[in-house]
Amino acid sequence: MTKDVAVLGAGMHPWGKWGRGFVEYGTAAARAALMDAGLDWRDVRSVVGADTVRGGYPGHVAGATFAKALGWQGATVTSVYAACASGAQAVAAARAQILAGLADVVLVVGADAAPKGFFRPAGGDRPDDPDWLRFRLLGATNPAYFGLYARRRMAVHGDTLEDFALVKVKNAALGVLNPYARYRKRVTAEEVAASAVVADPLRLLDICATSDGGAALVLSSVDFAHRHGVARPVRIRAVSTVTPRFPNTVPDLPDIATDSAVAAAPPARTFRASIAGAAYEEAGIGPEDLSVAEVYDLSTALELQWYEDLGLCGEGEGAKLLREGATAPGGRIPVNTSGGLASFGEAVPAQAIAQVCELTWQLRGVAGDRQVAGARVGITANQGLFGHGSSVVAVR
Amino acid sequence: MSYTRKPAITGWFTGEGDGFRLLGTRCTACASVFFPREDVHCRNPHCAGGPLKEIPLSRKGRIWSYTDSRYRPPSPYVSDPELPWEPYALIAVELEAERIVVLGQAAPGVTVADLTVGMEVEVVPGVLHEDEDTGTTWTIWHWRPTGVAA
Ligand SMILES: [Zn+2]
Repeated sequence: MTKDVAVLGAGMHPWGKWGRGFVEYGTAAARAALMDAGLDWRDVRSVVGADTVRGGYPGHVAGATFAKALGWQGATVTSVYAACASGAQAVAAARAQILAGLADVVLVVGADAAPKGFFRPAGGDRPDDPDWLRFRLLGATNPAYFGLYARRRMAVHGDTLEDFALVKVKNAALGVLNPYARYRKRVTAEEVAASAVVADPLRLLDICATSDGGAALVLSSVDFAHRHGVARPVRIRAVSTVTPRFPNTVPDLPDIATDSAVAAAPPARTFRASIAGAAYEEAGIGPEDLSVAEVYDLSTALELQWYEDLGLCGEGEGAKLLREGATAPGGRIPVNTSGGLASFGEAVPAQAIAQVCELTWQLRGVAGDRQVAGARVGITANQGLFGHGSSVVAVR
Repeated sequence: MSYTRKPAITGWFTGEGDGFRLLGTRCTACASVFFPREDVHCRNPHCAGGPLKEIPLSRKGRIWSYTDSRYRPPSPYVSDPELPWEPYALIAVELEAERIVVLGQAAPGVTVADLTVGMEVEVVPGVLHEDEDTGTTWTIWHWRPTGVAA
């Protein structure tokens, strides 16, 4: 039995700081995805929402919120929360329903209106919450962790600030070409170097912003796609939502310490590498098969880490791969053709879905000036706070 | 006004001066070490679990990586918005015996320019913030390069 599901539609609301509610962004993205699929909302039998969290709980339980905004029509509803991996878990839930024969057509939606500045935990004294603790006891923001990873790469692999800046230069140039991106302006290495340091050694232009935005997908069984007249749909072949393996020995958001490796040997693959590994294994492909990759560039330095974790190059060779142009348009494996988070910013429940939208357009060959010629296989990679893997393989 | 010293979190560290130590727990079945302390059940999936015993962690370790905070972190970090923001360094430290990496703020006066990956540091008592209203000094752990006087 094939494990493929078809991507019938993809849609986004442009990302930015629009000052409106997330329901509006998500509903607009959903309507765009339905139009792209050539389906009426009433044809959808199941809706899966990636939750937008306010005040420590999903203040608007996303599936039902979007279903109400689109007009109650009796669809089955699911809502998922997995921080930055919420979108991938929403895709996984939709896929499971389709493969189980519970639904032919499922709408997946994620949207957010992010706060200004640093992300931070909900209020109140909550010393049982590791996310609250890291802020309260250390003041450790997300960029602080990105700074730790960047400085470690410089010490261990010899990466330079210029290498990090080159990632921003590449992604900004791609964002210029994407009408859904928030930042559509070229950036130079000099501009990165001139921006303020946020968390040593990373500067403002090395770190992604927080954004408003929405993304949606219409998924279906491959049979339904055929009946609907789509002979060769983009197919999702694998979804990885794995957790880490004990002991997780790389300091990870939001933890204050790693697991101890005193009693059990660290796993052969780090958590990030295992996310991609699980996706490759399920899809029956390897990094050599990829045409395009969308990775989670919360910081410029982190994009280089993903090159290695995806197996695009060996450990410590990420900067070399970048310098060779392999991950730029026209290179062996273009990365973040959408412009990445560098051009979009974070709209947490939407971003893993937005990555799949970009793969869909690339694999259909409709990505305009940022099209990767002959793209056949794409992967997304992302990671959600508290140990949520997130990777999707799509093929055509 | 005299301030009362209180730990910013209960049960994570103890002692004063050279006797200051981070406190973790150790599984009596598999020897896994947990910091922050795990008091319910061993989290090693290969272990059936045994009683968890409180242990002091090594006083010294080596820098895994470091960074700093050039902008004021949001709440629940406590800082006085009336005062100019003073960046502090944040250090991730590998403890050899426990095979664990523990984050902490650097001692006051230590900047990223003073640090390198692999450098030896030791844990020292520090102050997280002082609360005038209640007359409380909230204490925390800091990492400080060894051989540097307080
Ligand atoms: Zn144990």
